[in-house]
Amino acid sequence: MKPAPFAYVRAGTLDDAIRVLDERGDGARILAGGQSLMATLNMRLSAPEVLVDIGRVDGLAGIEDAGDHLRIGAMTRHVDVETSDLVAEHAPLLASAMPHIAHPAIRNRGTFGGSIAFADPAAELPACAVALGARMTIAGKGGRRTVDADSFFRGLYETAVGPGEILTAVEVPKIAPGWRSGFMELARRHGDYAIIGLAAHVAVEGGRFGGGGRLVFFAAGDRPVPAVRTAALLEGEGWSDALAGRLADSLTEELDPFEDLNADAAMRRHLAGVLARRTLAPLVSV
Amino acid sequence: METHVDVSMRVNGSAVTRRIEARMNLVDFLREELGLTGSHVGCEHGVCGACTVRVDGRIVRGCLTVAAQAEGADVWTIEGLSDTGEIRVLQDAFVERNALQCGYCTPGMLLTLAELMERDPDATRKRIRAFISGNFCRCTGYEAIVDAFEMARARQGGST
Repeated sequence: MKPAPFAYVRAGTLDDAIRVLDERGDGARILAGGQSLMATLNMRLSAPEVLVDIGRVDGLAGIEDAGDHLRIGAMTRHVDVETSDLVAEHAPLLASAMPHIAHPAIRNRGTFGGSIAFADPAAELPACAVALGARMTIAGKGGRRTVDADSFFRGLYETAVGPGEILTAVEVPKIAPGWRSGFMELARRHGDYAIIGLAAHVAVEGGRFGGGGRLVFFAAGDRPVPAVRTAALLEGEGWSDALAGRLADSLTEELDPFEDLNADAAMRRHLAGVLARRTLAPLVSV
Repeated sequence: METHVDVSMRVNGSAVTRRIEARMNLVDFLREELGLTGSHVGCEHGVCGACTVRVDGRIVRGCLTVAAQAEGADVWTIEGLSDTGEIRVLQDAFVERNALQCGYCTPGMLLTLAELMERDPDATRKRIRAFISGNFCRCTGYEAIVDAFEMARARQGGST
């Protein structure tokens, strides 16, 4: 279908964009890459009065090495994250997640910040951000503030970005020595939204898991779902079938996934255990 | 607020300017304002890939790009890429290998594979399939399309 009529404003600067958002309130939506937004507008799931295009705002795109973390501008296109040497070296979890985000034509246009700010519960990057302990920079009329990934995702399509605010960058801590990442999702067609997926970030030493690892599931709830109790079972363990069984049992207890046309809750719980086994075994076995 | 916008861009090498509804997407702009009907409209929510066009050197979804976002951009469609001969080898391979039947997906398929030829000409069959995962073909079963890509790159001097 075609979207309902809307007005279009091309913001020249971040302040321009914030001013329009502030003036127009709920009637305004930010247009970044548009790869999720335009689909929802075409299906008339929402009908904003005005789109504020931030595609030409300077300084919002690019990946910087900022010492102990990478700073990824919100308007950085997925394809540029996917092909970044900095990301491959310092954030391998992101590097392995990127090819699963939709399809090449969508990754050429869709943005890193857009995906995180849209907060689709089945999207890859919100889960990666939580697994890696990323920090989100949000700009508004009153200046800038930083929010941890853990408290950024508030619910279904809901984030800490308030009225009149824009997500401008994401700080991703560099992977520490001895840490390993794994990413896997199950989808009916490569690039489609996952039935369920897992972003894992764990410490490994001498073939055993260390403490503090994170297992964050997506398409498993209304926001990225860290399986905290299950992750705690990993500490001190090497890989074994017994561990795989304990992880699967624990996930069945801990996860409370939704049901849709692709899978009911029981199937998602089962698949979570399958993903945990497939994702985690290679991290301590190699 | 104004629901119409002026847009200017280069399409297949020629400068164009139009006043359009702000909500008009790029593929409708190309088809309805410029008469370039080679880019097709399928699902209109980014799933099928029939509307794939090239903007500033990269393929995009014509249905998920607001035409106004392409202000000042360099846009290429199947018509332009056919006329310049850039994708001739790929097109010939499609014909020889019967990599199309109804033809609805073909322009989007060709633009997508042209980008793969540029970015990763030595792609494995698995990688080729992943790269065209966003382009639905309901006739061929994809096998012939993957074959055609391999045929074309062999003729262009890539690996076989």
